[in-house]
Amino acid sequence: MSSPPGALEQELERLRAQNAQLQAELDAVRGVQAGAAPPVAAAAAAQEEPPAGAANGAACCRPVAAARDWDGLQHGLDKDQIARYSRQIILHSFGVQAQARLCRGSVLIVGAGGLGSPAALYLAAAGVGRVGIVDRDTVELSNIHRQVIHKEATVGMHKALSAAEACRALNSSIQVETHLEALTPANAVQLVRQYDVVVDASDNAPTRYLISDACCAAGRSLVSGAAIGTDGQLTVYCHGEDGPCYRCLFPEAPAAGNCARCVDAGVLGVVPGVIGTLQALEAVKLLSGVGDPLSRRLLVVDCAAGRFHSVKLRARSPNCVACGAAPSITTASLPSYDYAAFTGQAAANDAAPQPLQLIPREERITPAELQRRLASQPTAVLLDVRPAEQFNICHLPGAVHTPFKHFDRYVEAIQERLAAAAAGAAAAGQAAAPPAAEQQQQQDQQDQQNGSADGLQPQPPLYVVCRRGNDSQRAVARLRQLGISHAVDVVGGVEAWAREVDPSFPLY
Amino acid sequence: MELLFGNQKTVEADIPVSNGGQLTVAEAMAWARDNLLTERPELFMKGSSVRPGVLVLVNDTDWELCGELEAEVAEGDRVTFISTLHGG
Repeated sequence: MSSPPGALEQELERLRAQNAQLQAELDAVRGVQAGAAPPVAAAAAAQEEPPAGAANGAACCRPVAAARDWDGLQHGLDKDQIARYSRQIILHSFGVQAQARLCRGSVLIVGAGGLGSPAALYLAAAGVGRVGIVDRDTVELSNIHRQVIHKEATVGMHKALSAAEACRALNSSIQVETHLEALTPANAVQLVRQYDVVVDASDNAPTRYLISDACCAAGRSLVSGAAIGTDGQLTVYCHGEDGPCYRCLFPEAPAAGNCARCVDAGVLGVVPGVIGTLQALEAVKLLSGVGDPLSRRLLVVDCAAGRFHSVKLRARSPNCVACGAAPSITTASLPSYDYAAFTGQAAANDAAPQPLQLIPREERITPAELQRRLASQPTAVLLDVRPAEQFNICHLPGAVHTPFKHFDRYVEAIQERLAAAAAGAAAAGQAAAPPAAEQQQQQDQQDQQNGSADGLQPQPPLYVVCRRGNDSQRAVARLRQLGISHAVDVVGGVEAWAREVDPSFPLY
Repeated sequence: MELLFGNQKTVEADIPVSNGGQLTVAEAMAWARDNLLTERPELFMKGSSVRPGVLVLVNDTDWELCGELEAEVAEGDRVTFISTLHGG
C-alpha cells in the first residue's frame, strides 16, 4: 500500500463506508440479499473494534450512511439476514462466516422433480444467495406426491417457474433464477459455470453423464442424488484433489433396458424427499466449507429396510475421458458429444415412452375396434401383460393377467384358456344353431391369420393389451414365435382405451 | 439388483474354492451367477465382469481399490453389487 501508516485506518473506514453504501444501493435494487462483492479489506480489519457511534437502522434496504460498525468480522450479513439465519449462525460448528459464504454462494439445481423439490426449498431457506433451477417439463398431478415444491394450483405450469415461485415465497431475500430449457450439451458448461455448486436432481442416464462432464469441464463440485422405488443413492463428484466423476465410476453407460424410471418402476414419494434433502445438505457443506463432503463415498439408502450405508469409492481415474490427465471431453468438445448415442437412450424423463410400431399394422386394432369385437365375440380371450401393480389398479372386464416380464411362464395357461374357450364355443354351437356372433367372428378373423393349422377348431380370438401398446406388441410377437399366431395387439393400450372408449377408466 | 436374485438382498454362501487356491471376486461372481441368480443373467454380468452400471464392493470398498476381478475374497468377506440409480 502506498498510504502512509497513519492513514491506514482512515482509508479502511472510507472503504467500509463506500462498501456499505454500495451494498445498500444493491439491496434497494434487488431486494434484501447477500452482497455479491466480498467485503473490502476484511483481513486487515479483523481484530479491530469499531468506534462507538450511532447504530445503523434496522432495515437493510434503507441506505445507511456509515459502515455496519457492529460487523467487526466483516462477514457482510445484514441485520435481517442475521435474524433469519440466527439458528444456524449460532451453531458452534457453523457460525457467521459459514453463513456469509452460503449467502454469497450459488447453486444450480438440475431438475425440479422429486429430488430437486426438497433440495431447492432447503437451499433457498438456508440462504444460498443465488439458486438456479433448470427444468423443461410442466407440473403434472402425478408428480406432486413426491415433487412437493409444486402445488395443485401449479399443475400445468413450468416446473422451473413453479419451483422458483415456492422458493421466493419461502425466502424473498435470495435470487432465484429459472432456466426453462433442458440442460443440453450446447448450454451445459456455460450454465454450470455461472454457479459455485451443481445439484444433479435429474432422472435419466444421459443427463447424468452430461451434468458430470460439464462439472468436470467447468471445475464445479457436483452433488449427485438418485432415487427409485424405495432406494436412494447420494455422492459428491468432481470434488477436491482426488474426487472421481460419474464417468470414473461408470465409464461405460448401462444398457437402456437397465435404467428403471419412476414412471415405469414407481417411487415412494418420501424416498426422493430424503435424498434431495441430503443433497441440499451436501451443497450447504460445500458452499460453507463446513463438514466433510461425501466425496469418494457413496451413501446407499434402503428406505424399506431403514438402512443408511456409506461405502468407499475409488479416486479420480487418471484415464478418465472427462476428468483424467488428458480428457477428451472438454469445454470445446462437449457441445458436440452425443449423449443419446453413448447411453443408447434419449434424455427422456417422466414422459411416456415413444409409441412403437413393432409388428405389422394388420396385427393391431384400435381400442374402439376391440370394444366392438369383445361385444360380438363371446369366446374372445383378452390378455393383459402389464405388471401386477398396474393390473391391480384397473383392467378390462375378463382380462387374463399374463405379465410380460415372465410372459413365457404363462404360455401354457394361455393355450389352456384358448382350448377351454374353443370347447365352450363348440358346445354352445352344438346345442344351438350357429349364432350370429359366430359368423361375425369368422368375418372378424378374415383379416387375421388364423392360427389353428390343424383346422379342428377355429381358435378363439386372442387380444393383447398393455399400458400403452409397446409391450403388448412384443407379447404378440412372442406368441407368434411360440406358435400362437393369431393374437392381435391393441394400439395404445389401456391408456388409449381410457381416452377413446371409456373416459371413466383410470389413467396413472 | 435383488430382483435378479429372487428378491433376496443378502445371501450367505459357502463358495467352493477350486484347486485349493484363493477365491477371487471373479470366481465369486461367476458362482453367484450360476447358483443364486434366478433370472436375466445379462442384467448381472457382461462377459466375465459385471455389466456396465453395476458397482462392486468388497467389504464396503469399491473393488477398484482392491484389484477388481482379481480381488481376493476370504472367509467372512462381503461382496456387494449395487446398480447405479438414475431416477429422481
